[in-house]
Amino acid sequence: MSGFRRHRRSGAAVATFTVHEADLLRSLAGQIIELLRSEEATPQAEDPLERMLDFSGPTTVPDDPVLARLFPSAYPDDEEAAGDFRRYTEATLRDGKAASAATVIDSLEDAGLPAEPEDGVFIDVELDPPTAMTWMRAFTDMRLAIATRLGVEEGDEERWAALPEDDPQAQVHDIYEWLGFLQETLVRSAA
Amino acid sequence: MRGVHNGVVSTSPVELDEPAVDETTALQTPWVTIVWNDPVNLMSYVAFVFQQHFGYGRKKAEKLMMEVHEQGRSVVSTGTREEMERDVQAMHEYGLWATMQKSDTA
Repeated sequence: MSGFRRHRRSGAAVATFTVHEADLLRSLAGQIIELLRSEEATPQAEDPLERMLDFSGPTTVPDDPVLARLFPSAYPDDEEAAGDFRRYTEATLRDGKAASAATVIDSLEDAGLPAEPEDGVFIDVELDPPTAMTWMRAFTDMRLAIATRLGVEEGDEERWAALPEDDPQAQVHDIYEWLGFLQETLVRSAA
Repeated sequence: MRGVHNGVVSTSPVELDEPAVDETTALQTPWVTIVWNDPVNLMSYVAFVFQQHFGYGRKKAEKLMMEVHEQGRSVVSTGTREEMERDVQAMHEYGLWATMQKSDTA
């Protein structure tokens, strides 16, 4: 695993993944898309007809802690203004984040990631600057999602290092660290 | 508000109206966008986002990023309420934790 580097002539960010790494990224991106669609970003009116005809966005913080982190309150001390902001922005933000995750899947599949991964296959991705930016956003959303589920805090490295290797939380934390490494190298290759 | 001066390059009396617009804007308390520290976002990424979205130079972007990191928050932009709503929305697109408030309460 070597992360991203800048291709000198084209300026693209390039990386080589094993087919299993690429498959894991595809799966994580797919889970983000599922999550964004899981809790409807529409207000829940009592009357079914009213609900169907109401095309405005939600006004309250999502129940799921990951979604609450992805769509934080813009006005922490003003519930009404926060509700209005959310009504006009959250649906757009959700679509944008789902589109970023979908871009990751498309890039990987365009680079040859098969539906069923087979051993010994490598996937070379080459991202032009706008696509690299989209991948950075997608990495951020994946990392925020995993960190929220795990309860990652500032300076808690020892907590994770102390877990036995076969602990599922330790394995998920390893994936989180790996995504951080990929993002760091991607930022460096683009900056 | 941003478009008011666009295209007004003639010496027509239209220019006389402009100070009135500026005065109105100046009398309003400006708003600020605040980015808060979180344990997840990478320092390099946060600085990169400030460069990309605000067009800040590397030095300024890194200074603001260090403020977020060390002081827990940083005022990253100032302007009208509408402008700050666009900045906050953009920060949320990038996955940064941003809020907005009037500058005299920041």
